[in-house]
Amino acid sequence: MRQLTVGRVITYAVLILAALAVVFPVYYVIAGSIMSPGQISAYPPDLFPHGIFTGNYEGASSSGTPIGRQYLNSILQTSIITTSQLITSVLAAYAFVFMRMWGRTVLFGLFLATLMVPWESIVLPNYLTITGWELGGERLTASYAGTMLALVLPFLANAFGVFLLRQSFLQFPTELRDAATIDGCGHWRFLRQILIPLNKPALMAVGLYVFLSAWNQFFWPLLIGDSADRRTLQIGISQLNDAEAADPGLILAGVTLSILPTLAIVIFGQRFIVRGLTAGAIR
Amino acid sequence: MTTRSAPAAARRRFSPASLVSWLLLTPCLVIFALFIVWPLGKSVSLSLHGSDLFGRPDAFVGLQHYRDMLGSAEFRHILWVTFAFVLLTVIPGVLGGLFIVLLLEQHIKGIRIFRTAFALPFAFSVASASVIFATIYNPAIGLANGLLGRFGVDRIGWLTDPDWALISVAITTVWMSIGYNVLVLSAGIGAIPAEINEAATLDGAGGWRASRYITVPMLGPQLFFLVVISTIQSLQGFGQIKILTPEGGPEQSTKTLVYSIYHTAFANNASDFGAASAQAIVLLVILLACTAIQFGVLERRVHYK
Repeated sequence: MRQLTVGRVITYAVLILAALAVVFPVYYVIAGSIMSPGQISAYPPDLFPHGIFTGNYEGASSSGTPIGRQYLNSILQTSIITTSQLITSVLAAYAFVFMRMWGRTVLFGLFLATLMVPWESIVLPNYLTITGWELGGERLTASYAGTMLALVLPFLANAFGVFLLRQSFLQFPTELRDAATIDGCGHWRFLRQILIPLNKPALMAVGLYVFLSAWNQFFWPLLIGDSADRRTLQIGISQLNDAEAADPGLILAGVTLSILPTLAIVIFGQRFIVRGLTAGAIR
Repeated sequence: MTTRSAPAAARRRFSPASLVSWLLLTPCLVIFALFIVWPLGKSVSLSLHGSDLFGRPDAFVGLQHYRDMLGSAEFRHILWVTFAFVLLTVIPGVLGGLFIVLLLEQHIKGIRIFRTAFALPFAFSVASASVIFATIYNPAIGLANGLLGRFGVDRIGWLTDPDWALISVAITTVWMSIGYNVLVLSAGIGAIPAEINEAATLDGAGGWRASRYITVPMLGPQLFFLVVISTIQSLQGFGQIKILTPEGGPEQSTKTLVYSIYHTAFANNASDFGAASAQAIVLLVILLACTAIQFGVLERRVHYK
């Protein structure tokens, strides 16, 4: 092991300072959410909570913003998008890798091209389309189910998942596929019993990546959810910020609740997300 | 393998296997057609039309929206803010990530704890990160002024002072992006062949010298990738701007192109979808240019081992 020189002490010191700066907002949210209103607005600021004050959480759940309902909305929206993208991506990637069809390469190129279109530049026509649709004679977004449908519909498929799974499927040995076919294994059985189990890491990567990005959505849910109990959590906490500017404890409690699922993913699913997130960077 | 003769190709086109593969692709094709391809055309068409009270296109106005944009001082201001926001987020974000990765590379103990620490901002959605920073920036009771006050620094109007608002939004954005930058660069370092570092050590180049002359040049592709990706993401930034500065900032100091698209189409019942779509097309062109640069330059010029 290396000696502890002056240079290394400085390196550690700078690194710890940088890490503290990055982690500080995370600490502040959680610590602030259990501080009493008096403590959180103290001047000079108090950095350590004196015991656990639960009033902020009670306040966040009973305030005008139905946080619990919005939490459910977000979980539902994110689960539908994630499940759907996994299914549509597996099917498409399977076709691109294991089936011979006319125009396969060109079509895959077109799929990739859709990734270059930024959502922000097509959001207006999509808004007009979806709010113009009717469901059973009613405006699509007029009902709870309709709002949910409008929230998820444009995101049921995404070429990124197809791209990532295709990369993974391409590494599958052709001989194994041929052997399975000769043994009378059809497409469906091959997909379910061999390909999917063997590509679990890639599926996890896609799943977690899609979950994180769906959970994070802001622009589209802002446009679509038009009453408090149909909004997603992200819109809910941003409105908590607008409405209750005087009560930071309440806001921090709301944010703490909103980051719990993703915090768990980041801490426990790191190696899978890394794979999804850096797919474009490492060639 | 079958030969590539014309009849064979024609036969394959209508084979049952081919039908199955089209079926497998159908869900993706339908979603992409309905929500990407069709809206793309529709966006162009909207940008050439005026809008009625509900934002629906009425009269054809040709390139009028584009002419109005190019002639307006406000649009030049919007482009300038957008450009400034990119500079204020991309440069500190990429350099900060590089600095942290080089520190991590100095044979540090507990490297996994540090990596996890730098990855934590991933857990925050744009909305939750913005809401926290809004609380920290709060002029009266926020931590930013509270902590600086201990060092005798005067209160800063983080989100209310036109000189500070864009910087404050940029700080939030850099915080959100630093974990990703560290990840990509760490992966890049992991891909550098071990022999290169061994050779350097034998030649007496350790620690920072190795970083400067070996690691940084070898990270060229990842650094370039991060610059392009961060630029694209920065150009698309919306949530943090909308939440931190709901009105586009004091004196429109945080009114970027995407914020302006939203504002033109939805704020104060303006419903000017035509003008907003023209801005959306400008955004599309800028972003496509960035992507083209990424593909063009990254493939050809950046050094690969």
